[in-house]
Amino acid sequence: MIDLLYFASLRETLNTEKEQLDLPLSINRVADLKKWLAARGSDWASAFSRDSNILVSVNQKMASDDSMIRDGDEIGFFPPVTGG
Amino acid sequence: MIISVQKQDFDIAKVSQQLCDGRKDIGAIATFTGLVRDLSQNRDLVALELEHYPGMTEKSLKSIAQDAMQRWDIEDAAIIHRVGKLKPSENIVLVVVISAHRKAAFEACEFLMDYLKTRAPLWKKEITRHGEHWVEAKLFDQQAAEDWK
Repeated sequence: MIDLLYFASLRETLNTEKEQLDLPLSINRVADLKKWLAARGSDWASAFSRDSNILVSVNQKMASDDSMIRDGDEIGFFPPVTGG
Repeated sequence: MIISVQKQDFDIAKVSQQLCDGRKDIGAIATFTGLVRDLSQNRDLVALELEHYPGMTEKSLKSIAQDAMQRWDIEDAAIIHRVGKLKPSENIVLVVVISAHRKAAFEACEFLMDYLKTRAPLWKKEITRHGEHWVEAKLFDQQAAEDWK
């Protein structure tokens, strides 16, 4: 099981704040997860397309497409940050 | 170190005092306060709504402050960022740096702002009289952070 969290404009576009997922065996890295989520349909496909600028964190640390995902991880997806 | 993500306002004097409490080696306090200003297209901003990633935002601010402590000869730092709905002219963010000498305090304060703007998971939404929209990240801010490398 992994926890997925979505923030800001992404949370609104996908109409999802968080969800739990049984980690499919085919998913080892962030890139695999993005591909898997993109297959859900139009909003998801554009949000997780290769040229989208969304950022990702694994267990609350900034991560990248190559980062490994393991059972129990918390994955956050969000747009570029605009604080300060 | 004081790190806080909070709804309520902050008191610059109190935070500075808290950092300096009991110390006799501090010769400089540099502070930066960011306010909500109306940058909306039609100058009709009602409020900014700030969202964060509970847990990660705090960790990220702490790590940015630790970075500054390593890079400059400073004694301590505070970062307080507000979230929720904030009206024009209200405080958004406070950075305080204390050190023996002013140069390190000024520089570290600027670094902390440049870094938190591009590194800490926080997002602004503009609520105007004609609708709401998320603020886009600015290339200029990204460049300012890159310049410290």
